[in-house]
Amino acid sequence: MRIGVVTFPGSLDDSSALRAIRLAGGVPVPLFHASDDLKEVEAVVLPGGFSYGDYLRCGAISRFAPIMSSVIIAAEHGFPVLGICNGFQILCESHLLPGALTRNQGLHFVCTDQPLTVENNTTPWTSGYTKGDRLVIPIKNGEGSFQASAETLHQLESEGRVVLRYAGTNPNGSKNDIAGITNARGNVVGVMPHPEQAIESLTGPSTDGLTFFTSVLHSLVGR
Amino acid sequence: MATIVVEVMLKPEILDPQGQAVAAALPRLGFTFATSVRQGKRFEIEVAGTPTAERLAEVEKAAETLLSNPVIETFLVKVEA
Repeated sequence: MRIGVVTFPGSLDDSSALRAIRLAGGVPVPLFHASDDLKEVEAVVLPGGFSYGDYLRCGAISRFAPIMSSVIIAAEHGFPVLGICNGFQILCESHLLPGALTRNQGLHFVCTDQPLTVENNTTPWTSGYTKGDRLVIPIKNGEGSFQASAETLHQLESEGRVVLRYAGTNPNGSKNDIAGITNARGNVVGVMPHPEQAIESLTGPSTDGLTFFTSVLHSLVGR
Repeated sequence: MATIVVEVMLKPEILDPQGQAVAAALPRLGFTFATSVRQGKRFEIEVAGTPTAERLAEVEKAAETLLSNPVIETFLVKVEA
């Protein structure tokens, strides 16, 4: 199972995402922003970082990278896409996911081991979890406050498209404590926490994040 | 040559923590006039000649697709001499 990870100028967690895919049992495939070649991967991860220096708005310039034209077309045909942190911001700027990520309410960059609740386990990226599971996965961002119109929030909630919610204290002022969402079809998922940083007990606060990567492999096999 | 200015502001319903921080700092300097502050962005775009209606329409399109995010922001396009 070939899973791609896109490197943009300023991506930080691309190598961690590639490693997580390998540890989950997949074949990690590095993809490059300047090419539109998806190299026959079966799913794509947009990793965390500060693509294009977060200039203009986080993810705003990455959205127009050549690789994104291929990712957007593939996503519209049901291809699994996971955006982590900056990747989530890129998915919102690409209009593959609704809403936007804005400056944290407290203005601080927040780096912490964050308790979370799994709200939706029907996506290819979360199928290995049980609804209601409590996870601890690191968050590390300055612009992670999820904002959307009242209608969009109502739609996300009523259609069960909130994937992860912050448990305990809301770290950044996100509406409805939203930490991750999915599109109407369920194949595109964006999360602010970093599952690729919670895959081994040696380096992470838990191994709770690994299930994102094993889930997508199981989903692809089962297709 | 003319300058086309695009001003981008967060929508009123979107929290602006940067503006709030500025509003909180002003009284510390003795400036007590502000009841609230919202912070935005200003783009100054140089173009050759006098901007035509068509060119301004293009700038509007660019403002909508790249310079602003319509989910959270509004924008205003104007020409400065």
